Amino acid sequence: MMNRLVPVLLIAAAIVFGYAPFLIRDSPAEDTMGVVFKIFYFHVSSALTMMLSAIVCAVASAAYLRRRSRTADHLALAAAELAVVFGAIVLITGPLWARKSWGFWWVWDARVTSTLVMWMMFSSYLLLRKYAGVGSETLSAAVGVFAGVMSPLVYKSVDIWRTQHPTTNVLPSLPPGMRGVWLWCLVGFLMLYVALMALRTRLAASQAALDDLHLALED
Amino acid sequence: MTRTLQAAWTIARKDLRIEARSRELVYTTLFFAVACLLVFAFAFVRERPIDNAAAGILWVALAFSGTLALGRTFERERQGETLRALLLAPVERGAVYLGKLIALLLLMAAVELIVVPIVGLLFSAPLLRAPALLAGLLALGTIGFAAIGTLFAAMLVRASSRDVLLPILLYPMTAPLLIAGVQGTAAIFADEPNLALAENWLAMLLFFDAVVVTVALWVFGAVMTE
Repeated sequence: MMNRLVPVLLIAAAIVFGYAPFLIRDSPAEDTMGVVFKIFYFHVSSALTMMLSAIVCAVASAAYLRRRSRTADHLALAAAELAVVFGAIVLITGPLWARKSWGFWWVWDARVTSTLVMWMMFSSYLLLRKYAGVGSETLSAAVGVFAGVMSPLVYKSVDIWRTQHPTTNVLPSLPPGMRGVWLWCLVGFLMLYVALMALRTRLAASQAALDDLHLALED
Repeated sequence: MTRTLQAAWTIARKDLRIEARSRELVYTTLFFAVACLLVFAFAFVRERPIDNAAAGILWVALAFSGTLALGRTFERERQGETLRALLLAPVERGAVYLGKLIALLLLMAAVELIVVPIVGLLFSAPLLRAPALLAGLLALGTIGFAAIGTLFAAMLVRASSRDVLLPILLYPMTAPLLIAGVQGTAAIFADEPNLALAENWLAMLLFFDAVVVTVALWVFGAVMTE
């Protein structure tokens, strides 16, 4: 089912992303930040996609530890990789925006810091996966579970420590002209995410099947 | 439950006895912590130590030396090839984890007993301003750090390149504990101390520890299967 859906999703995402620049160009200008604000549409969308991917990874990792289902493991791997990819987009677009609106490339506020820490957790998941050798699926699943549990704690602790980032109530208070554009971008990111998840999970499953055949041949 | 705790204590006592005979870990860890302090002195002392540096220096020295100790506690089991025997023992997996954790905590406590006063002396930190609160922050911070560290160190025993993977995993994961520890301690050490804030961080640490130990116990049982 998923296999047939992937091309459809990719084409739809391409259309959404192709039209997004025009929508963003025509969207109303923000009062204080002006044109810089327009990076918001991609920044927040990719941040939410990263969150989603992190949750998927943590849940799939827990499922793998509990049931040892290989599908869960492949899902967790795909989700961790995509969390790192979309996190990289967030961490690149963020400083660009911050430089113009706050005057600094980097500010150690709650959301920025916890995004960085989360991104590092999932990067360490991938490093472990790649370099730990035999049994790295189980080890990285443990990291996935822990990353899921610790992320809210990271956020909470940095939040008490310092806060400068626009708070979540920006989203409901968006003027209608902006909200529509943002939702358009978010849908594009989510479709791209689902398509990439499906592709990456399938790749992981094929790799595992190939490894099995390889082992069977050696025996 | 009591049986699990008894088994955990037996394992901890075994580790502590080995340590008492060689004193390898406690000496090397302690000296490493002091070496860290020396590097911090180069970085953070101008005419006198720069303001409010002591809390950060203390916690970074403890986190670094703790990482070193963590790697070594399981290295012993690996060298003696005794980890499998330990896991085959007819006790709950949780007991093995708790035993290792208790031994590590006592070791880190011994190191802290010496490192903390040294920080007080070298970086003029007012240790005696709220001694009970400071001890509480150190104890809870160390418990959380060691609880995560013991789990990852155990997982990585058989992994290649474990020496570098352990800190890579550990520092992002322990970020909330380190933040709470440093900020709580800094609130005590500040020129205008804010003890209520430090108590807040202490309560946060207690909550973090409860979460971390619960999750770590479950994950340890699920991961250490062979």
